Amino acid sequence: MKKEDKAYSLQINRVKPWTNAAYNLLFAILAACAILPVIFVFMISISSEESIRQVGYSFFPVQFSNKAYAFLWNERSTILGALTVSVGVTCIGTLLGLTLTTAMGYSLSRPEFRLKKFYTWVIFIPMLFSGGLVASYVVNANILKLRNTIWVLILPLAVSSYNIVICKTFFRSTVPEGIVESAMIDGASQLRIFTSIVIPISKPLLATISLFLCFGYWNDWFLSSLYISKKNLISLQALLNNIMRSLEYMTNNPTAGVSLQQYRAQMPSESVRMAIAIVIVIPIACAYPFFQKYFISGLTIGAVKG
Amino acid sequence: MSLKTGERAAEIRKPVRKKKRWSREDTELALLGFPTFIWYILFCYLPMFGIIIAFKNYRIFPRKSFLYNLLHSDFVGFKNFKFFFNNKSFTMLLRNTLLYNIVFIILGIVIPVALALMINELYSKRKSKVYQTMMFFPHFLSWVVVSYFVFAFLNVNYGLLNKLVIALGGTRHQWYAEAQYWPLFFVLLKIWKGTGYSMVVYLASITGIDGSLYEAAMLDGATKWQQAKFITLPMLKTVIVMMFILSVGGIFASDFGLFYQVTQGVPNSLYKVASTFDTYVYSALQSNASIGKTAAVSTFQSVACCITILTANFIVSKIDSDSAVF
Repeated sequence: MKKEDKAYSLQINRVKPWTNAAYNLLFAILAACAILPVIFVFMISISSEESIRQVGYSFFPVQFSNKAYAFLWNERSTILGALTVSVGVTCIGTLLGLTLTTAMGYSLSRPEFRLKKFYTWVIFIPMLFSGGLVASYVVNANILKLRNTIWVLILPLAVSSYNIVICKTFFRSTVPEGIVESAMIDGASQLRIFTSIVIPISKPLLATISLFLCFGYWNDWFLSSLYISKKNLISLQALLNNIMRSLEYMTNNPTAGVSLQQYRAQMPSESVRMAIAIVIVIPIACAYPFFQKYFISGLTIGAVKG
Repeated sequence: MSLKTGERAAEIRKPVRKKKRWSREDTELALLGFPTFIWYILFCYLPMFGIIIAFKNYRIFPRKSFLYNLLHSDFVGFKNFKFFFNNKSFTMLLRNTLLYNIVFIILGIVIPVALALMINELYSKRKSKVYQTMMFFPHFLSWVVVSYFVFAFLNVNYGLLNKLVIALGGTRHQWYAEAQYWPLFFVLLKIWKGTGYSMVVYLASITGIDGSLYEAAMLDGATKWQQAKFITLPMLKTVIVMMFILSVGGIFASDFGLFYQVTQGVPNSLYKVASTFDTYVYSALQSNASIGKTAAVSTFQSVACCITILTANFIVSKIDSDSAVF
């Protein structure tokens, strides 16, 4: 009875049908705008060079060709190398970041922890003030000597204060105090409580944080462009970045020039660029619809004042 | 050690945990957080001390370590900063960075909130989910990938935009060399990439609002517009203010990828419209520019950001203390 009332009231508290239709039209257009560029780039990647010369980049190429992908396949040592770097960095980085973030989040979520205030300040101050790009660059490159190592792609992105705050808020609001206290009475160490009680019941949080980290690592090209000049440490994004401006890349890094000359000679140049972009986008496009809800839950946890 | 009775009573009344001394738990928790603490020291606090470079005339002594060079370089006070403020690029960089950010902040709140209000009214929740998922997509792309999309549209010979212009009877444009169009491109791209994401954030807050408020309003004869104005927007205020303060905190920092990658490295023709503090610092780092002077620019940025976020938060807390972030 109550339910019907509610359904009825929702029914009459609607916008008018024509407004609904207009909204639908608007959102259909916006949604199309959001994904059409990907489809466009995909169509370019499967157009033949001939077709591009005739009709330009087009949604409807006159002739299809798999040359671009065949070229990538021939160049698979480079592509796979870059892919390995990307995947490796993403996996190691996500694991490391997740460990560091949740461990700190858990420490801060314990109300009786004596260093809580101190640690809270430690993570809060960087939210307001940072040394800036130059100082970070100098520290990473000259003091920590991370230039041209895999760690420079991993470490700087591992922790963010924002993620720690999300963890802290989540642990405080969802992990029942009683469980932790009874485990403490049973003599379990905090590490034990953290790994065998808190972590197993915080799967949604872990999903959220690992997704933030994963996409951060997968999409990063900035660290690569600043610190990496060795060819075997180039990630997919950096490769894409270098190919876009191959000439500049050659002049800046003569050591990497040889393979780029090969590139320029052999490429079905127009479609190959787009094909690499597609190679990067596809994993994201396939994965994100399934994980979108974890993103949203992370955002809403983060919005709670902590 | 004699306490007055009152004090002793207060002592007893206090919960036991307050009196707790340093215990095994504290050691364990401190150790648990310790690796992260070290991370903060290395990647956040060391760079904070690194800003002394901005006050030095950094010189390289042969065969000496960086620290030796740094400590033995001359201290020049604010000379690097003065140099930058007197530089003719400074006003241009400041104008670009601030103006773009102001436009981005305003549109980044108005458009997503409006769209969130609208998408919430769709009859079909299934359709609404599909739209959201599609509009969320650009958020997950890096600017490098986006720069390829843009290239596909703006390429002189093959690009879609030139084909359109020609079909409409216009002439071919060298988009990457024509500065006047780029402010519009930047704004459109920023909206394209960020709107879906922000819309979903606001929508999550809207769906959290108690439905009985709307029922009551409806029974009192409120129109949809009135409901949005008097219920939804006030309920969204906290989230909007929070997003606002956070974005104002970054007003001196720019979205580096947008300006650098999408324009393909800020060509000279676009220098005046696409240069921001970040692109300036990045280019200076890549070139042989004096590191002290470059550090002055990025230090100025950090200090300015810090001051803005504290001011914004202070003002908000004066107006409405519940909405302040900290």
